[in-house]
Amino acid sequence: MMMVTNKGIYIKRNDGRKMDEVRPMTAKVGIVPSADGSAIFETGKTKAIAVVRGPRTLHPQHLQNAQAGVLRVNYGMMPFSVEDRIRPGPNRRSEEISKVTEWALSSVVDLSEFPNTVIDVFVQIPQADAGTRVAGINAAAMALAHAGIPMKEMVSAIGVGKIDKTLVVDLDKYEDSEFHDAEGSTDIPMVFTSRGKEIALLQLDGKISVDEFKETIKMAKKACEDILKVQMDALKNVTGEDDE
Amino acid sequence: MAKEKRNIVIPGETIVFGNEFLPGDGAYRDGEDIVAGRYGIANVFEKHIRVVPVSGAYYPRRGNTIIGTIVDITFNGWLIDFGGAQNAFLPVAEVPRYVNKNEMAEFLDFGESVIVKVWDVKSRGVDVSMKMRGFGKIEGGMIIAIGPNKVPRVIGREGSMVKIIKSATGCDVTVGQNGKVWISGKDTDMEVATRKIVEFIADNATIVGLTEKVEKFIGKLGLKADVEIVKEDTDI
Repeated sequence: MMMVTNKGIYIKRNDGRKMDEVRPMTAKVGIVPSADGSAIFETGKTKAIAVVRGPRTLHPQHLQNAQAGVLRVNYGMMPFSVEDRIRPGPNRRSEEISKVTEWALSSVVDLSEFPNTVIDVFVQIPQADAGTRVAGINAAAMALAHAGIPMKEMVSAIGVGKIDKTLVVDLDKYEDSEFHDAEGSTDIPMVFTSRGKEIALLQLDGKISVDEFKETIKMAKKACEDILKVQMDALKNVTGEDDE
Repeated sequence: MAKEKRNIVIPGETIVFGNEFLPGDGAYRDGEDIVAGRYGIANVFEKHIRVVPVSGAYYPRRGNTIIGTIVDITFNGWLIDFGGAQNAFLPVAEVPRYVNKNEMAEFLDFGESVIVKVWDVKSRGVDVSMKMRGFGKIEGGMIIAIGPNKVPRVIGREGSMVKIIKSATGCDVTVGQNGKVWISGKDTDMEVATRKIVEFIADNATIVGLTEKVEKFIGKLGLKADVEIVKEDTDI
């Protein structure tokens, strides 16, 4: 499929969305009964499952913090999540995403009640169509809340990008990776806190001007409102059997 | 635990507005707002706001009854795994009989299960005691895990649900606040029936009118709860 562009301006998205429109989202908590907290978050074809276990004693002991608990995030894509099988296990990319997710989430969780313990967050991507790290963060935030971990506020994450000269929200895989003409594509994952509307994570891959960058922040903020609504709905409408 | 509109709040959500309110457990103040600091049910008692957790791990509290297994023996006590963040410590002095310190495994060995009371919760761990009626080593029966958030439903108001189960099956049911249930009776068939009832309650923990449902379920198993006594109990 060809990108619809007019003189270097991306005029129509390949799935017919508006430029500032987020893919359809669904979310649910309590999907893993054996966990302390769990959630699934889907945007379009991207699915992310997050599982929280803990607080539990942290080993090896030298990693323990006597003043507060430790948050440990493990992100991974399942081998069948993309068209070409990816080798399971940690790699450079998954380690990076684990770390940035950890940093984004640790700005809202309060683990001072749990010294010498660890709270493990496992994020798995069963199906990927770009924006997996933001989907993972959305799911992880819900799972942490569901696990009853004290949090100052929630976080919502969104990827904003630039395709050639057009700013778009929530890029899918086609927009993210297939577009190489002209200025190419830029991808900016952002995480906003729900109350303070502060930026908890910002990464930038590509090129963008200062003015455009300011615009993307506005777009991301607006999109995060919608995402927060989905997250809240999922947490408020727990049907029952599933919370443990 | 009626299921009228439960006010579930998520972290960062404003519960009430106004300087006259005081934030309690799981809530904090931000300007004039009282904000939820965790996920749970917002509980407004006069001017005091709390957030009661509805899910998540078990956090021990003083006075809780917990069921756990021995995972280590130290020179002056036992370490008990009860499914919490840390292990609980049971000192030799908190055991109801004299134990020779050289033969501690004689009294409680690795892997054996105990019912204990939480005596103290510190940042470094939990101290427990066995020196009361109803606590001690578990012998016979079975232990099932239902999850800490379902415990209030299995116990019922003033222990009414446990009484129903006991009267229907004749088995002894001990519920630990950490989400473990010890079932012990004269014959295995009854124990299995009891287990089914407890699991039924855990699976339907959020349903309104659970008592009637449980009675029906007990009927389906071919048993009968002593309804007269039960009705009086549930009215308390």
